[in-house]
Amino acid sequence: MDFETVIGLEIHAQLLTETKLFCGCRSRFGDPANTNGCPVCLGLPGALPVLNRRAVAMAIRMGCAIGCTVAGRSLFARKNYFYPDLPKGYQISQYDAPLCGKGELPIVVDNTVKTVGVTGIHLEEDAGKLIHDRAPESLFDVNRCGTPLIEIVSEPDLRSPAEAYAFLIGIKAILEYIEICDCIMEEGSLRCDANISLRSRGEKKLGAKTEIKNMNSFRGVEKALEYEARRQEEVLRNGGKIHQETFLWDRSANRSIPMRSKEDAHDYRYFPEPDLPPLTVNPEEVAALRKTLPELPAQRRQRFIEQMGLQENAAEVLTSSRKLADFFEATLATYHDARQVANWIVVDILRIINDLKITIDQLEITPGHLGALLKLIDNGTISARSARKIVDLMQERDQDPETIIKAEKMQQVSDSGALENIVQSVLAKNPVEVERFKAGDGKLISFFVGQAMKATMGSGNPKEINALLSKMLR
Amino acid sequence: MPFPFSTIDEGVQQIRSGATTCRATVEQSIETINAGDGLIHAFISVDAGRAIERAAELDALSQAEKARMPLLGMPVAVKDNICTRGQRTTCASKMLEHFVPPYDATVVESLHNAGAVIVGKTNMDEFAMGSSNETSYFGGTRNPRDVTRTPGGSSGGSAAAVAAGFVAAALGSDTGGSIRQPCGHCGVVGLTPTYGMVSRYGLVAFASSLDQIGPIVSNVRDAGRMLSVISGADARDATCAGKPFTATDDIYKNDIAGLRIGLPREYFGGGLSDEVRRPIEKLTERLRDRGAVLLEVSLPTLRYAIAAYYIMCTAEASSNLARYDGVRYGFRSPQRSLPELYRETRRQGFGAEVKRRIMLGTYVLSHGYYDAYYLKAAKVRTLIRNDFNDAFGSCDLIMSPVAPTCAFKIGEKSDDPLQMYLTDIYTVSASLAGIPGLSVPCGAAGVLPVGVQFMAPQWREDVLLKAGYAVECLGGG
Repeated sequence: MDFETVIGLEIHAQLLTETKLFCGCRSRFGDPANTNGCPVCLGLPGALPVLNRRAVAMAIRMGCAIGCTVAGRSLFARKNYFYPDLPKGYQISQYDAPLCGKGELPIVVDNTVKTVGVTGIHLEEDAGKLIHDRAPESLFDVNRCGTPLIEIVSEPDLRSPAEAYAFLIGIKAILEYIEICDCIMEEGSLRCDANISLRSRGEKKLGAKTEIKNMNSFRGVEKALEYEARRQEEVLRNGGKIHQETFLWDRSANRSIPMRSKEDAHDYRYFPEPDLPPLTVNPEEVAALRKTLPELPAQRRQRFIEQMGLQENAAEVLTSSRKLADFFEATLATYHDARQVANWIVVDILRIINDLKITIDQLEITPGHLGALLKLIDNGTISARSARKIVDLMQERDQDPETIIKAEKMQQVSDSGALENIVQSVLAKNPVEVERFKAGDGKLISFFVGQAMKATMGSGNPKEINALLSKMLR
Repeated sequence: MPFPFSTIDEGVQQIRSGATTCRATVEQSIETINAGDGLIHAFISVDAGRAIERAAELDALSQAEKARMPLLGMPVAVKDNICTRGQRTTCASKMLEHFVPPYDATVVESLHNAGAVIVGKTNMDEFAMGSSNETSYFGGTRNPRDVTRTPGGSSGGSAAAVAAGFVAAALGSDTGGSIRQPCGHCGVVGLTPTYGMVSRYGLVAFASSLDQIGPIVSNVRDAGRMLSVISGADARDATCAGKPFTATDDIYKNDIAGLRIGLPREYFGGGLSDEVRRPIEKLTERLRDRGAVLLEVSLPTLRYAIAAYYIMCTAEASSNLARYDGVRYGFRSPQRSLPELYRETRRQGFGAEVKRRIMLGTYVLSHGYYDAYYLKAAKVRTLIRNDFNDAFGSCDLIMSPVAPTCAFKIGEKSDDPLQMYLTDIYTVSASLAGIPGLSVPCGAAGVLPVGVQFMAPQWREDVLLKAGYAVECLGGG
């Protein structure tokens, strides 16, 4: 039997507001524990929530960016459950009348565009943080209590872990483009839960689903879903049944751990939040917010392909992050060849970012320095090969390419006199190869070039070396 | 009234003129409390030192500053579910026995700014859940008119404090009758404002969509003055409408000629005791003599009001009281595991009535029951509101008894929650509709006062006070 995977995602994004969703406390990651709290977010008796309209505006902008309908009137609801990180014993969220209704997001997987439905977006407050490093006691940090979140819910339109990954990356890109979330999964400013089920291909009805939580990296989501799809397929192939269950993803062990079954599922007893009147948004407000939207990833990708002649893959990678695309365009302002710049960013800049596990903000290399480096290749000062080394040093030392070239004496040796001596000694050291070459083994030319490059420690101009070799071996 | 004045206005004038001082007035209040509250138990806490200190501060103010303070030097009591900074706020519960709020409720700030002096926090039913003050963790309150009876509740302490002459005025809170019913039983004036007229910030929530703070005073004029102090906009309460009340002289002209007063026939049916019926019927005659137009109206949804009310309020209470979990503040039963901590803290920290309502509220919100209970009750609430709107099409205000009986004996109903709930029958409808209600003494059965309730359309407190003032001028029974 052939199975089809069905996935839906719930993405929580922490909004970059100055203050919390229902009080005036500062909303910022990394402040000392318990420095941002007040009667409201601590849930003291008698304290009342007052809605932060800036968070509403951010949520509406996200809705506009993915084509959601924006409700003129939406409701807050209380989600009731006991947990020590939830001071009021309920979370103020939205339930059956959310701020944004249906929308959609196109994703690209294997060079094919697919449109994924979005069920809606709602606003809610985050819980606090528990710190368990002093067992058997747990400590409580109020700072995160009441920070604003939006929850973006996809339709069960995703058909593979790769599609789920593409959707998540697509949402992340838009959140970054419209600057409402910093999207750092490792810090929890972006979180993703997934629902996954299998059904035999052609079947219309959805199979029993499981939920996976706690995947704190983008690739982790894909990996967890691959794992769960395999697990479900194995169960089904062995004639078993899938039970509605929630799993926690264990990143270090690369497996999911059962958290709770349907029987233990919470009854959240949702009901309309009586402390907050219905949230009304007029069409003029939505139109004004729509106007504040910048160029979005899909439009930018099109522009990079059509106007700059980039290949689809490069355009996709570059526009997946606003900052990366900005870096690309900033470099392009100092250097003319778009494809060259794209290539250097996609290959080398991303390699540095991945190797050092840094964000683009922590990059020491500036667009201006990268442009300068590319010019130095063009005018023959350095070889492309040494440029790779220089770009690493630019990051390491936070210096411009000229300074590094000077310090490392990496200036390309194009001086024929110096190169002639080197080539001569290479030929002298390899008489057997010279004989074979002369006997007709033309491929050995690259061997000689390689030896000569090695002798110049990579700084020889390969073009010049080639020319000298052909002359001297004639 | 032990004070040498009969209205707040008179008292404030005496202080401004120098005939007496804030300090002397407050000291007199405290002496009366010390002498009488051992028996009445209207207060959970009295902070004499702080009150006298505050009074002295007020005395030191300039004449210009004093002139701006409509409650200058007035000793007031505040129900113990209204937060006072640095002063214990217990909600008459073991759960908050030692809770000291780090902030003032907005109404408390307003009282301070108006020159009032808070002398203490009044006794109440635990978390305002009850109609007799008998569910207080600190022991009940006695009715000053007959100490074998309850003062009603849940603002029984505030009503008793005013009735006993301990203070010039008090604040209560009303969810389904908790201001109006004890005022009726104690023979004082109580006003439940339109929902949204007074900020709830700092009022410990029982049922958020119904709770409203209001004044408890000895006369109608004082109700108007207190309301003008505590009403108005508050950026900290999203349900506060920002419509301040301003008393006009027109209200206190004792002229009700042409005022159309509706008598809902459903409110005068079975269940209404003769001791209450007689004074009210007599009152209708006297109001008609004064030129009011009395007409019969119908509020057919009354029969569903108690059921709808107890579903709505318990649902909200079950959520509002979830925060008392022993984790951050309040009573905590030391336990090893988290589930045990929750269970034991709440089992030991809450009284029986509070637990009953949390259980009921949790049940009506549960999956599979929500539509049958909560949603149905919400629909009934809309019908009740429509009923009132229809009735107000033909009359300016509606008049009814406050409660079916006079104050009942201590212990008489405390073992029968349903009987206790039924004492709210005439008051819950206005709460569900969010309209204002005024309770005014209109007679007595022996020593026991009987109260009449007026209900008006939203924001028409002026009409309520006008009618109440006319009743007051008739001189009771």
